[in-house]
Amino acid sequence: MTGKGGVGKTTVAVALGQRAAAEGKRTIVCEVASQENASRIFDHAEVGFHEVEMEENLWSISIDPDESMREYVLLQLKVRAMRDLLFRSRIFGYLAAATPGLKELVTIGKIWELAQLDRKVKSGRKYDLVIVDAPATGHGIGFLQTPRTFAAIARVGPIHSQAQRLDSFITDREQTGVAIVALPEEMPVNESAALEHDLREEVGVAVDRIYMNGLYPERFSKAEAESLSGLAGGEDGAVRAAARAALSEHGRARSQRAQLARLRRRVEAPVKTLPFLFEPELGPEAARRLSRRLG
Amino acid sequence: MPSIGEILDGKGICICAGSGGVGKTTTSAAIASGMAARGLKVCVLTIDPAKRLADSLGLKELGNEAKRVDRKLFEAQGVEMEGELWAMMLDAKATFDELVARQAPDEESRDRVLNNRIYQQISNALAGSQEYMAMEKLFELHTEGRFDLLVLDTPPTRNALDFLDAPRRLTQFIEGRSLRVFMRPTGLAARVAGRSASVMLSVFKRIVGFDLIADLAEFFNAFSGMVDGFQARAKRVNSLLADRRTCFLVVCGPQGEPIDEAVYFHRKLVEAKLPFGGVIVNKVHYPAERLRGDGADLPAALAEKLGDEDLAGRVAENFADYQALAERDARNIERLAAELRTKGVIRIPHLDEDVHDLGGLAEINRYLFATGEERMALAAGRTQPPRRRA
Repeated sequence: MTGKGGVGKTTVAVALGQRAAAEGKRTIVCEVASQENASRIFDHAEVGFHEVEMEENLWSISIDPDESMREYVLLQLKVRAMRDLLFRSRIFGYLAAATPGLKELVTIGKIWELAQLDRKVKSGRKYDLVIVDAPATGHGIGFLQTPRTFAAIARVGPIHSQAQRLDSFITDREQTGVAIVALPEEMPVNESAALEHDLREEVGVAVDRIYMNGLYPERFSKAEAESLSGLAGGEDGAVRAAARAALSEHGRARSQRAQLARLRRRVEAPVKTLPFLFEPELGPEAARRLSRRLG
Repeated sequence: MPSIGEILDGKGICICAGSGGVGKTTTSAAIASGMAARGLKVCVLTIDPAKRLADSLGLKELGNEAKRVDRKLFEAQGVEMEGELWAMMLDAKATFDELVARQAPDEESRDRVLNNRIYQQISNALAGSQEYMAMEKLFELHTEGRFDLLVLDTPPTRNALDFLDAPRRLTQFIEGRSLRVFMRPTGLAARVAGRSASVMLSVFKRIVGFDLIADLAEFFNAFSGMVDGFQARAKRVNSLLADRRTCFLVVCGPQGEPIDEAVYFHRKLVEAKLPFGGVIVNKVHYPAERLRGDGADLPAALAEKLGDEDLAGRVAENFADYQALAERDARNIERLAAELRTKGVIRIPHLDEDVHDLGGLAEINRYLFATGEERMALAAGRTQPPRRRA
């Protein structure tokens, strides 16, 4: 799942996870860069670098690049003394931090590992679906391109072959798909269309679906709006405020429909709409209501 | 509650910071055009890769050089423009290249750095280099002294901390003292550090591949003559950020999560002793005027006026939904003001139209440049806006 910042990526990712879990698929939602947005939706304690069950069949993990690096090294080096030497060494930390893109690479490596049916991590569960709450627009493209960039820099060695394997994993349309979350506003629509283009052309991944999130209901017809506009300048405070709120909602719902039509014209992937939820804070129940609309 | 004009009075630099998706780019553009309309020569800088600022300023594209926004565009929106508005989009790579060219002792070392593959990766992609270059460009423009006010739209980092920390992290990396000594196999330090270091290096080589290590070593060697220059410059950038003529504004949205981030970012600013100017909350659902009673008789009152019970019911339901959001926003903003111990919270209402052009910026500025009382009155629709300015 990717999209511009603030469009509700995590909520949609969780809703998608709930949907899959309800269908009996064991699903995990991954946060990257040590974010904890998914666990926050469940009002759960931070999960960190652990696979934690949020609901039946629905798990969550927050991928910390340093932990991923550590795990990767553990899997690579079988000699215990060598591992200890590496982890004790401050130079190793410097080198790892100095190598551009290594953090992103080991993060994607961990996602790949989670998606394997033959888990590398001892006693790792098998997941049917791995949902990644990926970085926002600008960084999302770079993130997905990391393996290819890396395969080009490190021309030899295990990292080279593993980076290549990750790149084919990301670009394998049978295995990996991208969903973009958008909002029905001018700039998010522009960005989503540009993002879809770049994902297809530059990264070479399949964009399977675009979720237009936060769509207001069309509560009032044009004729009704006209009869309300008379009240909006009236005397009665409460009636006037209610009429104004209705007109404002009517206007926004209409401009949102125009943006939805514009998005549909500009993208190739099917666009699915999700309603705006009139709720103070979004929790698991709100996400579940969205999940029923995901289809 | 002061207006943005009062907060920025006498300031030379305004830095808008906050998490992604809260309207930072739009806010920066609005502030810059508003201050320009009031007679200043203003430049707004963005490093947003999505070119949103160019869109909203009616510019085809922005480059690494400042471009002036055509006065006629403002006039077409009925906006008086007394000063000048300029805009640029930061090209982090080009800025980094310029910086290397300036710091390099000679052409040969310059080219060695520019052609190094590790450098090319860093200048393009290393986390923090965009932020660092934004500071660089800001410093450069400030030193040139062409503008009265510089407004910086900071990059949409997921973690607000990244942004403040970027200059330090990057100089530390370029400095790379601890690394360089181990890169030279014949170096004294390597011999002193002894066998464990060389074993360590060989292990690292086995993991990442030999080329990478060679490139890294080359990078640090090529950079070695420039470290002092970089450090001196970073120091000056830091003191510019802490200057009393610099002002940090925190931009956020009214939902719980953006508010948490704003609180966190404010704390980081205070810890770093950087000058905090105020906080702008975008897309706020303003409460309607205080209603008598609990509004239980609203559907009936509406039905009487509209003569349509079904419609009245839907209007009342919509109003209740809106009020619930307004209450949430008010609660969150109250918490924000308490945490920040400030009255300087500027609330921009959730406008009926989303903002993506100069007309929209002017609409936002009616609120940004109003005092607190004026803002409440505007939002409630009780007064006509003052003479329109950007």
